[in-house]
Amino acid sequence: MKQPIITINNLSADVEGRQILKGINLTIYAGETHAIMGPNGSGKSTLAAILAGREGYNITSGEVIYGGQDLLELDPEERACEGLFLAFQYPVEIPGVNSTYFLRAAYNEIRKHRGLPELDAMEFLVFVKEKVKLLDLPEDLLKRPVNYGFSGGEKKRNEIFQMAVLEPKFAILDETDSGLDIDALKIVSNGVNTLKRPDNAQLVITHYQRLLNFIVPDFVHVLNDGRIVKSGGKELALELEETGYEGMIHAPA
Amino acid sequence: MSTSTDIIDKVVKSEYKYGFSSDIETESAPPGLNEGIIRFISDKKNEPEWLLEWRLKAYRHWKTLEEPTWQKADYPKIDYQDIIYFAAPKSLADGPKSMDEVDPKILETFEKLGIPLHERMRLAGVAVDAVLDSVSVGTTFKKELGEKGIIFCSFSEAVQDYPDLVKKYLGSVVPYTDNFFATLNSAVFTDGSFCYIPKGVRCPMELSTYFRINEAKSGQFERTLIIADEDSHVSYLEGCTAPMRDENQLHAAVVELVALDNSEIKYSTVQNWYPGDENGKGGIYNFVTKRGVAKLNSKITWTQVETGSSITWKYPGVILQGDNSVGEFYSVALTNNYQQADTGTKMIHIGKNTRSTIISKGISAGHGQNSYRGLVKILKGAANARNYSQCDSLLIGDQSGAHTFPYIEVKNSSAQVEHEASTTKVGEDQIFYCNQRAISEQDAVNMIVNGYCKDVFQQLPMEFALEAQNLLSVSLENSVG
Repeated sequence: MKQPIITINNLSADVEGRQILKGINLTIYAGETHAIMGPNGSGKSTLAAILAGREGYNITSGEVIYGGQDLLELDPEERACEGLFLAFQYPVEIPGVNSTYFLRAAYNEIRKHRGLPELDAMEFLVFVKEKVKLLDLPEDLLKRPVNYGFSGGEKKRNEIFQMAVLEPKFAILDETDSGLDIDALKIVSNGVNTLKRPDNAQLVITHYQRLLNFIVPDFVHVLNDGRIVKSGGKELALELEETGYEGMIHAPA
Repeated sequence: MSTSTDIIDKVVKSEYKYGFSSDIETESAPPGLNEGIIRFISDKKNEPEWLLEWRLKAYRHWKTLEEPTWQKADYPKIDYQDIIYFAAPKSLADGPKSMDEVDPKILETFEKLGIPLHERMRLAGVAVDAVLDSVSVGTTFKKELGEKGIIFCSFSEAVQDYPDLVKKYLGSVVPYTDNFFATLNSAVFTDGSFCYIPKGVRCPMELSTYFRINEAKSGQFERTLIIADEDSHVSYLEGCTAPMRDENQLHAAVVELVALDNSEIKYSTVQNWYPGDENGKGGIYNFVTKRGVAKLNSKITWTQVETGSSITWKYPGVILQGDNSVGEFYSVALTNNYQQADTGTKMIHIGKNTRSTIISKGISAGHGQNSYRGLVKILKGAANARNYSQCDSLLIGDQSGAHTFPYIEVKNSSAQVEHEASTTKVGEDQIFYCNQRAISEQDAVNMIVNGYCKDVFQQLPMEFALEAQNLLSVSLENSVG
């Protein structure tokens, strides 16, 4: 029997009294890649933020079961320790904090949580250098402060690099394609595809179909006005590209 | 944090209350300040006549001064007649007999700071003579320094053994008329450190190493004088990251640095005196005057990490007198709870081609108030003088404050002065980003703050950089909620 990684039941949420999510239902099984597409303001990034545990959202109904636990009860760092990873749409700069140091802190927190011994600086360096090679990234990434002074493309690549190091069970990629040129898009997609395994799952949030040429999803969901209005296979993305959101949302079901 | 600070509070308070009067009566002066007390101090220290005269001149001048009120700090009025200006050093027998008697919370703080084991005993007030290890290490150092002709001793010893050097340089950088607190210090200072590096000698070790092991309790009116003779070099570290026991609330120290031609002095400070409790009760008032004079081609670097004291009032400066001389100031000042810091620097450019750099990082958490106050003055003769100042403020929470008061006076049109300032908040975005990477909120704040201070920590002696980082972390405990 297939194991669900995450189950979202009837999730509704508002921000400052404005309802953004209006009853989301979604189950993602191990080994699957799902894509959520939708126009601006449809609630895509809100869903990502709520799953990762960002403050400022008021859950009005529903539940999220992740690894048998009530996800919404966990602190953001507990969710991360449980293998939930969010690749940020706007990765945050932390001046003066070395990338390798930051990642080691993150990695060791997760290892501690799993009852594994922490890696020292040397062990970790050997480990991350392999990951850098795997994703074909420049090694100077490791020496620079976290996202500080990075170009838009470098920031996105750094997110995927962190994902490669932390090896999440469930990764959410929030508009990872935005602001990327085609070469960067290929590098990022290649990274994501490399990290796909039978025992993990990915949720790719995107506005445009083009990312899905590179990261081929098993399922595509169209989000509009806080609801999933249509679900289907990867061909749905292509269909969407032809009809546009307007056409699809207003077409008879 | 009902932990270490409370404990120290208790120690500080109880010592303050009972410490002096019960001691050997004849060795202590009664509270209050008058010429008699100053003569008493001078006599007890067996000082030469000229030094007594100097103290008395300072005292008479002090009586004409008003306590300054321009600094951005609120505190109750200090009654200078209620202070005991001379007390014999406390007997070691009063301290804890062994580490078992020291409060475990204090030991925990040492642990967090990574203080070497042999130092913990001294810091906790355990009789140092029990620590055989460090004594023998100290003796070894003393021998090595002696072979190079380096003089490093207490100020009192210097007065007895090297009166000519003391007489020549005492008050040459900070005259006894300088300011209210420096003048008070000049009248009543009891001890401090003296250091002389002879011509052409490069001090073979960080004087911190030695200092940390041998530092004597220097009291509340400390006087330090460091002279680097021509072509010499010295790096000196004052203070300690550990919360030291101290029973005096008012501290008014003076530090004078003299860098003769082609010499270099690097003076680093880590200050972690008792900051008061989380409601702003108690804590040390730290009113310090620090200044150096840099002669031809010489260089003076001040680096400070200020996390303690309830009030910090401190502007380490450099008088760039010689042509091509260089002055640098690197500072991290952290205020948490109800701490107030008004600190910065003064760079006075007199010589040609003089250069100064100021990097100031203020961090305010809790109800802390942090002010940068700096003066860059370029005199008429200082052709091609250059200054670069960068003053950054970091706010944590929404109750803290950051203030910047830069003063720039330029009298030479060939000078270049740059001033950059920024104020940032530790962003929720940054904290959430760390959280999402499995890093807890407190660890995230520590990481962000340490990253912010990196430029300054890089200036600290190696072995202290890590301790300074830990110190910030300990000082920031419970700063986020």
